[in-house]
Parts: sequence; structure tokens; C-alpha cells
Amino acid sequence: MPIAAKDVKWVSTPKMGFSDLLYFPAIFSGMGTTLKHMIGPKVTEQYPEQEPNLPANYRGVHRLNRDEAGRVKCVACYMCSTACPAHCIDIVAAPSPWPDREKYPETFVIDELRCIYCGMCEEACPVDAIELTSLYDLTGLSREEMLFDKEKLLGVFDMSTKESAAKDPVRTHGGRLSVASEPGKK
Amino acid sequence: MPVIIIAIVMVGVLTLVAYLVLLERWISAWMQDRIGPNRVGPWGLLQPLADGIKMLIKEDIIPAHVDRVFYLLAPGVAAATALLALAVVPFGATVAMPLPQPDVASYTAAMEQYQTAFATDRCVIAPGVDIGFLFTFAVTSLAVYGIILGGWSSNNKYSMLGALRSSAQLISYEIPLGMSVLGVVLFAGSLNLETIVQDQVTHGWNIFYQPLAFILFLTGAFAECNRLPFDLPEAEQELVGGYHTEYSSMKFGLFFLGEYTHMITTSLMVSVLFLGGWHFGGLTTFPGWTGWAIKFAVLMAKLGFFICLYMVIRWTIPRFRFDQLMHLAWKTMIPLATVNLLVGLFVQEFHGERWWMTAASIVVFVLWGLIELSQANRKINAPVRRVSGIGIRASGVGPVLPPDSRHPIPDSRPTVV
Repeated sequence: MPIAAKDVKWVSTPKMGFSDLLYFPAIFSGMGTTLKHMIGPKVTEQYPEQEPNLPANYRGVHRLNRDEAGRVKCVACYMCSTACPAHCIDIVAAPSPWPDREKYPETFVIDELRCIYCGMCEEACPVDAIELTSLYDLTGLSREEMLFDKEKLLGVFDMSTKESAAKDPVRTHGGRLSVASEPGKK
Repeated sequence: MPVIIIAIVMVGVLTLVAYLVLLERWISAWMQDRIGPNRVGPWGLLQPLADGIKMLIKEDIIPAHVDRVFYLLAPGVAAATALLALAVVPFGATVAMPLPQPDVASYTAAMEQYQTAFATDRCVIAPGVDIGFLFTFAVTSLAVYGIILGGWSSNNKYSMLGALRSSAQLISYEIPLGMSVLGVVLFAGSLNLETIVQDQVTHGWNIFYQPLAFILFLTGAFAECNRLPFDLPEAEQELVGGYHTEYSSMKFGLFFLGEYTHMITTSLMVSVLFLGGWHFGGLTTFPGWTGWAIKFAVLMAKLGFFICLYMVIRWTIPRFRFDQLMHLAWKTMIPLATVNLLVGLFVQEFHGERWWMTAASIVVFVLWGLIELSQANRKINAPVRRVSGIGIRASGVGPVLPPDSRHPIPDSRPTVV
């Protein structure tokens, strides 16, 4: 795009006044600013003692939601593992032991080290079974420990919804299964 | 006796340096709305200990490409010269050295008695040194060797640049630093620091009589310590680490020690030369050990004030560009120091009152501002100034041709985003 002369704004060195050239007024006003900040409020978070106040849509460790009966909500449709850009979700489906759905995950493993915490699985899930919590301080001593299986992911659900310090209430559709999992409405 | 004093001062200064690092970190943090070190010990008070242990047990790397002799010598020179400069600086109560006597023998006896007596008012490592602060100046100017040797022997471009800048800066700022004190010496009639303090106890603090000299000395002291806004030798953003880029472990620690000791020395010097040393109104008239403690506390309070000023200034004023640095030294501070000295000579010659200097300082300072003002406006109005202007376009920022330069901006000019 060509530049029109009217689009050019000219700036020149600011003119120094008498007080600028004496240096000291500027230095004192600068010191006023720095000293004001010395006694001002601090922004530091004292981390281990003071937990950060994370927004509700923070993307932390995953959880597998339970339905009203306490069963895993997942219907093993593979939508999340298909959507996953990091290929970190491994599901083995099996015929459901319950009458209200066809399949359920026999195993459901997420490699938390491969995961990039993008939230695509949460977006893809048709039954709101997988959700990301605001748990951010995930640690482990081995790679195997960081492979979260179904029990562990359900454990995250219990921890993040039921315990006293729970900060992630079930966000969607309560504990009820959605239409996609109901056999008559496929 | 001197050995004990030296030991006490050394231990005191080294501890003080360690805690100054903590203070610097605290003040820096507070100014940036942070809390600062608070994990090691109560309120982080053991942080210097942790820092010291870290410095000592860190891997000590000597790069293969350095000049080993000078590389190893440099931190030692930096730390030793800084510590040596403290020898004649009072750190507590002092009395003036004996006046000239009718004959040599009685003077020698008086000096002998003055220098060896155990009294509460001999808070100097080497009392009664005639050349006084000349010794301090001579030794602190040797500190530049530590920096130059370090920068040169590191065999590294950044270190070298830092050392070169440092040598130019220190040599330039020594001149106004020394010349500004000459006014004080004229009125005190001695180079000896104890006598200068005594003169101020009798006549009032020098800062009130020679505010211009005080400002020049303080600025020069900042430059001598390589503190912001004069920290070009170690400008992190430009030179990695400056002259100590290639140093690690305790060798880096020694450079650090030297810098902070320098801060202590110059702060004490400013207090002694311009703020009356241990003197503070009627507070310092008590005799004996009470008086000693009060005088010590007063001087330490002045020291603390200047140290804090160093740290506040560090986060207030941005670093000078090199030409601004040289402009300030050669075109502003040296002429002002010369004029100040001349005024002092006139006042002495015509047996004037000391407050003449106060008035003269203010007049000289304001006049200088007016001269600078005429210079600055002349420069801005000159057409050559316009050419170097930077145009800001709607689509971005970049240098473009000036509007009055008979070269119309072509329509096909590529867009700079």
C-alpha cells in the first residue's frame, strides 16, 4: 500500500525546558514515583502458601465425569482421541454392561505428559464425559505414573467435585447422561 | 591495636556488603511492587548466608582462552583496592589531628600520642594521615585496573568493551570528583578527613556552604562506583555482563564485593566531607562510650541514607548513552567544578563569609542551566536536527524522508509494518 503524505506524522526531539536542563526536578519527580511504589501494594503471590486464583476455564488435568449412578459417563465413541492433536488418549471399548448405552470404555488412558492441554477432547465429547479441571500442579516421579487410567481420572472427578477444597463443580448437564448415549434416540 | 581495628572493620564491612546485597534486592523488589527475598530465615535475613555459600561452592570455571595471570589477578585487585581505600576514612567519632607545633620534636611527640592513644574517638584505621582523602582517591582510582585487567584478560569482546567504557568513564569522572572537593579543602585547610570533620563541627556542614560541590561529588561518586545511571561497564542489556562476563563463582563474588565496598567507601566519604561525619547538632555532645555510640550511629545513619539513595537512584534514572556520559563529565561537571573552585578561591582571598559560597553555588548552577537552555534550543531549531527525525506512519514506525526535503515520498514505497 502506498503511503500518502498525510499519513506520515512527524515527531522531533522534545524541546528541553529550563527545569529539564537542571536535571534535578526530573530526578526528584522520578524518585517520587519509585518511592511511591516502594510503599504501594505488592503483586507477588506467595505461591505454596497462597494458591493462585485461576479462572473457571483454566485447562488443567483431565477428569472423567460420573453420571447420577456413579458410573463412568463415557460411551467410548473415540471422538476425543480422534480430536486430540497430541494423540495422547487411548481407549479400549467394550460392550456396555448397562442397558442405557451400547459401549463403555474398558480402559481409558491419557498420557498427561504428551497432552498439550488444548481442551479439544472436552470440545469433542458428545456426552460431556471428559472435562479439564483447574488442577495445575501435576507432578510425578516416573513416566508410568503420568499415564492416567480410568480409575485415576474418575478419582480426579471425585477430588475436584466432592472434596472440601473442590473448585471444579460439574459444569455441564449435571450427572445426567445426554441424548447421544440414550439407545432409543440414536 | 590497629590490627584489631582492621579486623573489626574488615569483618564489619564484609558483613555489611553481604547485607547490602540483600537490601538492594529488597529495595529493588519493593520498587517493582514485589516482596523480595523472604524465604531464608525470618524475613529472608539469612539470604546473604545462602548467597555466600552458593558463591563459594559453585563450579569455578576458568575459560581456556583467557590470560590466566591477569584473569586471576583482576578480581583480587578490584576487591583489594576497594578495601584498602577504607584505611583513612573515619567510621565513627574522630578528633582533629594535632596542629603544627613550634618545633619538630614536639610535633612528632604530639602525633605519636595522637596516633597510638587508645580513646573512644579514634575510629579510623590509620589516624592522622596528612594526605587524607588523596590516599582514598589514589587507591580507588586503582580500582579501574581490576576492571581493565578483567576485561582485557577475559579475551572476550563484551568484556573488552565493558572495560574500555569503564576506563574512559572512571578517568573522566575522577576530575570533577577531585576538583569538587578542593573547595572543601580550601576552607578546612587540610586534606586530613578528621580535620575536615572538625572544621564542619566548628563552622557547620559543608553541604550548606557548598551545595554545588556536594552535587558534583555525589554524581562523580556514582560514576566511580559504576552504579546506575553510570553502569555502562556492566550494561547487561548491551554487554551480557560487561567486564565480568567470563567470571564465575567467588571470583565474580570478589568483583561484587569490590563494587559494594566502593559504595560504602564513597558513602562514608560524602558523609564525612559534606555532612559533618559523626556530627549531628546537640545530639553528639555526650562524652565517653555513650557519645561514641551516638556518633557511630549518626555516621552509620548517614551512610545508610546514601546507600539507600544509591539504590533508589538505580531504579529511577535510566542509563546514560555514552556521548551523554562524556558530555556530562567534560562539558558540564568539569566546568562547574572549576567555577566552584574559583569562587572558593575568591571567597578565601577576600576573607569572605562561608555563606557567600552558598549563594555563588546557586547562582552558578542556575546560570549554567540558562547557558544549557540557549544551547539546547539552538540545536533543536537547526535544520540538521529535522533530518534525523523519525516519522510515524499510520501503518507502522520507521525512518522516512523529512517533509521539507524536496524529495516527495514515492507512492511505490514499500510498506513497513
